[in-house]
Amino acid sequence: MTDSASIHHDDEETRQLERTWASPPGFFAWFTHVNQTNIGMRFIVTGFIFFILGVILALLMRLQLAVPENDFMDPETYNQVFSMHGITMMFLFAIPVMEGFAVYIIPLMLGTRDMTFPRLNAFGYYIYLIAGVMMYAALLLRIAPDAGWFSYPPLAGASFSPGLGLDFYTTVVTFMEISALVAAIELIATIFKCKVPGMSLNRMPIFVWAVLVMSFMIVFALPPLVIASLMLALDRMAGMHFFTAASGDPILWQHLFWFFGHPEVYIIFIPALGMVSSIIITFTQRPIFGYIPIVLSIVAIGFIGFGLWVHHMFTAGLPQLGSNFFTASSAMIAIPSGVQIFCWIATLWGSKPKLATPLLHVLGFFLIFIIGGLSGVMVASVPFDMQAHDTYFVVAHFHYVLIGGAVFPLLGGLYYWYPKFTGRMMSERLGKVAFWVTFAGFNLTFFPMHKLGLEGMPRRVYTYLDGLGWNEANLFISISSAVFTLGLMLTLVNVLISLKRGNIAGDNPWNADTLEWATSSPPPSYNFRHIRTVDSRYPLWSGTGGLEQNPVVTGIRSDRREILLTSILESHPEARQPLPGPSPWPFWLAVATAITFAGLMAHLAIPLLGFVLCFIAITGWVWPKRLGVAK
Amino acid sequence: MCICLPADANQSALQPEGPLAKVVADLFWGMVAVGGLILFIVLAMLAVALLRARNNAEPRPLTFTQSRNLVFISGVVIPALILTVFVISSAAVNREIVAPMPEHALTIKVTGHQWWWEVDYLDTEGNHVAKTANEIRIPVGKPVRIALEASDVIHSFWIPQLNGKTDMVPGKRNLTWVQADQPGSYRGQCTEFCGKQHAKMAFTVDAVPEEDFETWLQRQAQPAREPATENETKGRQVFLRSSCAMCHAIRGTTALASVAPDLTHIGSRKTLAAGTLENMPGTLSAWILTPQSFKPGSHMPATMLTGEDLGNLVEYLLSLE
Repeated sequence: MTDSASIHHDDEETRQLERTWASPPGFFAWFTHVNQTNIGMRFIVTGFIFFILGVILALLMRLQLAVPENDFMDPETYNQVFSMHGITMMFLFAIPVMEGFAVYIIPLMLGTRDMTFPRLNAFGYYIYLIAGVMMYAALLLRIAPDAGWFSYPPLAGASFSPGLGLDFYTTVVTFMEISALVAAIELIATIFKCKVPGMSLNRMPIFVWAVLVMSFMIVFALPPLVIASLMLALDRMAGMHFFTAASGDPILWQHLFWFFGHPEVYIIFIPALGMVSSIIITFTQRPIFGYIPIVLSIVAIGFIGFGLWVHHMFTAGLPQLGSNFFTASSAMIAIPSGVQIFCWIATLWGSKPKLATPLLHVLGFFLIFIIGGLSGVMVASVPFDMQAHDTYFVVAHFHYVLIGGAVFPLLGGLYYWYPKFTGRMMSERLGKVAFWVTFAGFNLTFFPMHKLGLEGMPRRVYTYLDGLGWNEANLFISISSAVFTLGLMLTLVNVLISLKRGNIAGDNPWNADTLEWATSSPPPSYNFRHIRTVDSRYPLWSGTGGLEQNPVVTGIRSDRREILLTSILESHPEARQPLPGPSPWPFWLAVATAITFAGLMAHLAIPLLGFVLCFIAITGWVWPKRLGVAK
Repeated sequence: MCICLPADANQSALQPEGPLAKVVADLFWGMVAVGGLILFIVLAMLAVALLRARNNAEPRPLTFTQSRNLVFISGVVIPALILTVFVISSAAVNREIVAPMPEHALTIKVTGHQWWWEVDYLDTEGNHVAKTANEIRIPVGKPVRIALEASDVIHSFWIPQLNGKTDMVPGKRNLTWVQADQPGSYRGQCTEFCGKQHAKMAFTVDAVPEEDFETWLQRQAQPAREPATENETKGRQVFLRSSCAMCHAIRGTTALASVAPDLTHIGSRKTLAAGTLENMPGTLSAWILTPQSFKPGSHMPATMLTGEDLGNLVEYLLSLE
């Protein structure tokens, strides 16, 4: 490390870095890119495209349910649509988009040049893309899964769902999870080993903590789903009886599924909490109150999140005393959530925050998420849940939690980091209009569903009879869903027009505190020209002259891709790590993996071919080469 | 053509008609009151937080101690107290609902099928007394034990006005209780997604005075009445030689199949196709001819019959009271 004063602004070295970290141009070369900003942006854009598709499916459902006994869709189609809505929002939108933000932002926040396993990153993206495209191809061919995103056997078994739909579920969902798992592993490794010197664990931004907890949750929650869906695939294709009443147990699936499914909710929600903290810090322009309680709360939610799954099964006939323990554990999650909410309120208190669009979304999050949290405590009660379970009350509840708890912070995060992604600001005026329309549309759509559920309307029904007193509420909800969609479309328009017309952002338009704002917008392919050590939780605010005063790490090569590895706790420099550059093999391995899994649907022998193809692709991937020194 | 539900039809958990649903509704309103208060207070604090420094030139943040107390008291102590009360009251209500009921209570076994309900009345020794479908009759004011089973996929048995839902899981037997305080008809519906016609898998529970119930049950236990007219006799022949008899039973005839609703007393039922259609000659004929137009995906196939055969068949079926 050297003192700041002795740094040469060596243009030759900058050009060298640009050459080293450049992603080759051209259509075919696009499939070889591995830089974290490229891959992160692809996750984000693809995630939002699937979000739009999921919204379209939701609108189709609302069209069908606008009036009783509607015949806009037949039950078969409706069941595929609602199943794909769930699969899209949970698997194809929420996890990937959160991981996309993490992949893009985390290395920047840590002050490093790339992630630890760039090719694995690219591989994860192609897996996700191929899986998503396959699911939608199935929907267009009308052979999508139709037993819900939860696919309970025996309904999802071969006897009652003989078609290809559920085979798509078991195979594609299984291999889609590879994408989430590799991203999680890579985020953990990056967060532990690539922090800039000086960024000890207790100085990590809260968003980084949130992503770390999310990643660990993914690592522990997704394997049960992968195992369960493989078992279901074996039930369906090889006549095993894991989940049949004959010699297995249909309830076993529910345990395995919800052991994944409930943590999944927190996997989506925890990074959003990190975004909320980032936004509050920036727009109040002061350090957050209660850094340690907030971090501990996030970690606590990560643990408790694994102990609640039975509250999805209160009506399944499990022992009552045991069920009441899960009431207690579910209620317990309110405490770490409450701690965070009051830490944020304490930070906001009297701070004259700047009410820009990102902070507006956070305030919207407060209202919606608190309502969702309170209804969540209600359904944690066994006797009340026996009335509310599988009705529109629950639909209302989890949309409050997921849209309020995750999508609103995500939209806030989009407005917040858009300048970093693109170099331009989004329109504040349009952003505020979009927020209010979205906020009103959301509440008008989902609040009446509480009432509808208590009045007896079950979930997952393709129609309902006239005369049950549900007509007005359903029509109202369907109309409101158009308002909600309009709000989301305004944000989309804002994103698109700001690409060309937005004001130039500069490096740090919000005067934020974290390192991603210490480089140009958008960041160069090597992220940072100078790797500066940090000495506080708020590196861009600290000291007299801010980051510019801090020592710079020297000795990292610029003629090949290289990052600095540091120790986990104290972030002492440990090693220089060369990184691989662009390669087509992650793409080909993803294709081979897709053939292996999807081939199961056509013939049990195709996976054998897939294994050979995967072997070839892995060989190509690891084929020894001289470390890439840019010419 | 659709069912015309009675004007007061509802399946609202907020209008309980039995003791089990009532305690849950009370619990709900209690939680709404406390939850509403919490929501109001938190939002008020947020509003104060935002507006406090508005008229001042400088921000006026909380001190460290103030912040710490705010987080500790409102974020930890108060929630912990409220949640303790919540968990205990929830468990207490749960205890009331699952408390053991009289040992010799009437037991009704309900079996979920794609997409209808098989209903068996058992006596106190567990012997079979009578079988019907999609309509359950119970004596008013008495707890009735319901044994829940499923023949194919998971269903869930729910009568919001009487009690919460319990799943029907293939290979298992779950128990629940219902009790109606007032005579009346209570609608229920399947609440576990069970395939194409999950939406049209409803049933009714009719609570009637005990004497009426006993008479009704005795009649249900009888085999079907003999045809009284020539048309009805012909109708029975149509039933027995067409595909109807391959799935349905009419006790007292040679039709004994059990994969579809027992039709021994079909004439006494108010609805067809699991609460989907009103039971009238017109709807019954239409249902027999084109069930798929009312419940697409239903396991009942269309039956081709001449007009005369159909007329006789419907006349016969509706005579089976």
